Amino acid sequence: MSEIERHAYDVVVIGAGGAGLRAAIEAREQGKRVAIVCKSLFGKAHTVMAEGGIAAAMGNVNSRDNWQVHFRDTMRGGKFLNNWRMAELHAREAPDRVWELETYGALFDRTKDGRISQRNFGGHEYPRLAHVGDRTGLELIRSLQQQIVSLQQQDFRDSGDYEARIRVFAECTVTELLKDDGAIAGAFGYWRETGRFVLFEAPAVVLATGGVGKSFKVTSNSWEYTGDGHALALRAGASLINMEFIQFHPTGMVWPPSVKGILVTESVRGDGGVLRNSEGRRFMFDYIPEVFKDKYADNEAEADRWYTDPDSNRRPPELLPRDEVARAINSEVKAGRGTPHGGVFLDVSTRLPAEEIRRRLPSMHHQFKELADVDITAEPMEVGPTCHYVMGGVEVEPDTAQSRVPGLFAAGEVAGGMHGSNRLGGNSLSDLLVFGRRAGLGAASYVDGLSARPAISQSDVDSAAQWAQAPFNAAEGGEVENPYTVHTELQQSMNDLVGIIRKGGEIEQALENLEQLKIRARNAAVEGHRQFNPGWHLAIDLRNMILVSECVARAALLRTESRGGHTRDDYPGMDPLWRKQVLRCEADGDGIAVTSLPQPEMRSDLLDLFEREELQKYYTDSELAGHGELP
Amino acid sequence: MSYKANFRIWRGDDEGGELADFVVEVNEGEVVLDIIHRLQATQAPDLAVRWNCKAGKCGSCSAEINGRPRLLCMTRMSTFTEDETITVTPLRTFPVIRDLVTDVSYNYVKAREVPSFKPPEGLKPGEYRMQQVDVERSQEFRKCIECFLCQNTCHVVRDHDENKESFSGPRFLMRISELEMHPLDTEDRVETAQADHGLGFCNITKCCTDVCPEHIQITDNALIPLKERVADRRYDPMQHLFRRIRKQ
Amino acid sequence: MTASTGPTGRARIEARTLRTDRWWLSPLLTAAGLTAFVVYGLVRTFANAHYWVPQYNYLAPFYSPCLSEVCVEGSAHFGRWFPDLGWLITPPLFVLPFVLGFRFTCYYYRKAYYRSFWLSPPACAVAEPHSKYTGERRFPLVMQNLHRYFFYAAIPVASVLTYDAVIAFKGADGGVGIGLGTLIMLVNVALIWAYTLSCHSCRHIVGGKLTHFSRHPVRYRLWTLVSKLNGKHMQLAWASLISVGLTDLYVALVASGVLTDLRLFN
Repeated sequence: MSEIERHAYDVVVIGAGGAGLRAAIEAREQGKRVAIVCKSLFGKAHTVMAEGGIAAAMGNVNSRDNWQVHFRDTMRGGKFLNNWRMAELHAREAPDRVWELETYGALFDRTKDGRISQRNFGGHEYPRLAHVGDRTGLELIRSLQQQIVSLQQQDFRDSGDYEARIRVFAECTVTELLKDDGAIAGAFGYWRETGRFVLFEAPAVVLATGGVGKSFKVTSNSWEYTGDGHALALRAGASLINMEFIQFHPTGMVWPPSVKGILVTESVRGDGGVLRNSEGRRFMFDYIPEVFKDKYADNEAEADRWYTDPDSNRRPPELLPRDEVARAINSEVKAGRGTPHGGVFLDVSTRLPAEEIRRRLPSMHHQFKELADVDITAEPMEVGPTCHYVMGGVEVEPDTAQSRVPGLFAAGEVAGGMHGSNRLGGNSLSDLLVFGRRAGLGAASYVDGLSARPAISQSDVDSAAQWAQAPFNAAEGGEVENPYTVHTELQQSMNDLVGIIRKGGEIEQALENLEQLKIRARNAAVEGHRQFNPGWHLAIDLRNMILVSECVARAALLRTESRGGHTRDDYPGMDPLWRKQVLRCEADGDGIAVTSLPQPEMRSDLLDLFEREELQKYYTDSELAGHGELP
Repeated sequence: MSYKANFRIWRGDDEGGELADFVVEVNEGEVVLDIIHRLQATQAPDLAVRWNCKAGKCGSCSAEINGRPRLLCMTRMSTFTEDETITVTPLRTFPVIRDLVTDVSYNYVKAREVPSFKPPEGLKPGEYRMQQVDVERSQEFRKCIECFLCQNTCHVVRDHDENKESFSGPRFLMRISELEMHPLDTEDRVETAQADHGLGFCNITKCCTDVCPEHIQITDNALIPLKERVADRRYDPMQHLFRRIRKQ
Repeated sequence: MTASTGPTGRARIEARTLRTDRWWLSPLLTAAGLTAFVVYGLVRTFANAHYWVPQYNYLAPFYSPCLSEVCVEGSAHFGRWFPDLGWLITPPLFVLPFVLGFRFTCYYYRKAYYRSFWLSPPACAVAEPHSKYTGERRFPLVMQNLHRYFFYAAIPVASVLTYDAVIAFKGADGGVGIGLGTLIMLVNVALIWAYTLSCHSCRHIVGGKLTHFSRHPVRYRLWTLVSKLNGKHMQLAWASLISVGLTDLYVALVASGVLTDLRLFN
């Protein structure tokens, strides 16, 4: 084994999206030396794709908004499966996190009185999303990136070295977390550029690696979303929860085939866009579920009035939470009322003047013009569901974001619990900021509490290196597989069998396929050398995707109800008994074991924020005994 | 609807390389990046290319297609004829790592040298008030996805590697402009724009604007206004006099 | 070959450019257009004749304002500031430095001639032939920063041309009249104004230099208007250049008797 590049840091943050950067900023401000390790270039993380906005109850547009309302909306959206404490922290702290971005230089769209403008979004009772046109994610990532530069400039003034306290290791993949006596001791990885191995010695690691969408065929996620953090956590002994809940965003592009899945922001609907089937019917009125009947308009006239007078009208059903809309579109297409390319029509061209569309939705206009040759100011878009977000992730302690492995923290999409069974649009960016900061803070105070730095054993390093190199030696084992082929089959299998609508038998089939793929992935061989070799990168990522897919499938098989991002055709109803249970995945040999945990009970003052009538839709009667009697 | 296209792709590293010929299937609605991916999956598994979002939002897949700096994911195959040979090469201005991947660290070094946003002292988070008309100019520049196509095409460094030391390139001169137009920024970067970031190298030949995938008017809205601000400060005796009188 | 090989670590691609389109066409047309104008301008400047049509008050724009002792009878509307300095120093030479200076330092024309004459660069992603490049940092090109002064000077010149256009509403009988020449001069002066006001320095001066538009609503409005024009600066630069040439030519042809002015009214 050749000499391995070694670095020592207090905190290693894996992932440079919103959560990772916010964690790094916090840890650095707490006086820690921080490494940020990311698979892409700095500033390219998937957060840039977020379009709509950051949900925060600042009440700038409607002063009736406050954190309690936001908390309620979040719990409702997640069908009460959310970790209530995370939802509470999120709703309380989001406004501060947004205001903080302004101190980093962010420029949000403004209200007339000069404050941050906020827009409507699905599932949010009031206009709540701070935004910049439809490129809010880019603004967020750039602001954080520039704040890191600003801190580096401070360090340069103090020490003459920009990288004295924050260094970005871009295009570097972590393949293994290393431990010492059960606690985190560091991380092992390789430079994508050279293929050389690198070792980080650090007592605290923050996972901020995002999601798992690349296991599905039609997805809005980029290649980075291979569930690395989920898999690293599992292998390090941490647990994942809620993995059966995958959000299919209702509106992804369906044509041309090469861009199938790319996101069409929810703001299109928030700003007046409507969904129609091939018969021209605004079909969402047919899909308002019982629990939402009193909040959504049941006729077009009222729905249209809502845009100008939201106080005395109910909102249009296009703005139902994402899971509802995705399922509705799926049903329409299945019933033969889809568009030529297998989606439905999303039309904003007849709803807003062309100039206004270009102003409010510039990147959507650009995206359709350039990729599909469709002018959205003149014709409708064709859209369909696309795998967008995983609600499940590392089980963490809400206040500190620490997993059950000491020194291992997780924030953002890779953490689980906050969004329950379904995430509301706009709650992701705020989640990144709130829990990114908490993870950075948690990691810093964990490091402060240590009496000695952990040590990494050479044998662990050797085996991590061996594991990373395995694809180059796979060819020696006989049957050789092409990693691209295995990946394609995994995506197809997950898409078809554990996708938006699930059946017990199909999930079992998927699990069988996964067993096969697991073996084939071991034989996935790569040619050439380690220098910027995409085949090798994929072979490594593939093992993570298969592991995480198994979590999704196993949990999905166990949960015999339909809730949020988990729809069972054979168990179509929501079952209050399942609300009390959270499914936890753990590594078990080279597979996954799933167990059921009781859901922590909500603090009573928070429960009091809801009408008993509403709670009855989610809770069993015995749970509600003694809580706020009916008037 | 599908056909076979001829591709020539530069393969190699900093030691040398050459244009390799490929014949590859193309289907309706595809972009150049799809074809590169097909090559990886079928003919050249170790073909190195940098990409990420595949929707023109992250600015990773910058390269040169038939000699023109472009995003691979935003170049539709339908813009070429079926018998055309399509040549794909790495960005020319930056050191090559392998195949289509270049070392763009120059840009990150320059980014770090632009003095950061400096808010007014004593203004607390949540108290920031700005008018929409005042933020719009900077917002245009913040659309930048940092694909570095402008940096790559700018002849100041493309044709003269030695200028990299003293020229930050259109992207970061635009960043200076953005901060100068930020309604709440209190730092003054006019002097440093000319002295340390090489604004004077720019001869406004507008190639940066031509290649910008976000259609930002880099030259007209960022660089020229910055040049005018520098002129106010450095080259306009009347302004100089005016400022002195005002001070007294 | 410039820096495409060697220690810079760049991909070794020998071709100066891999562009397959006709990238050379645009600089070629620009060079041809600008050369034609310069040649015409030189010929006219030193011809020192046929610039005044007393009958209709048509003054050729190359000779406006005419400020020399040698200006023909009736053409010096603003006095004769300069003595007769010999045949080589014709009246246009007193005004041209300002007019040409405005165009020469204009942000659009700079792009045009840097690309087409200096080939720096000839087109985007096409290597330039020079081994060194210092841009506009040193003398003489640092003088480009004086563009705003030429803009200030361009305003009285445009005003004079406006005056010329107004007095060109003169009929054969001395009263009001309109000829084709009047209209041409009118269009020309409109284009000159549009070009002048669409100038980048003008855009900066009227409002671009402000950080808070919201505190200066009037200047913001002006800036918005100028910005609109500024978006068409290139088109206006060419349109006004061509119109100046054609107006001058038309007056020259009428003054020399080759053409008879087409009279629309009186």
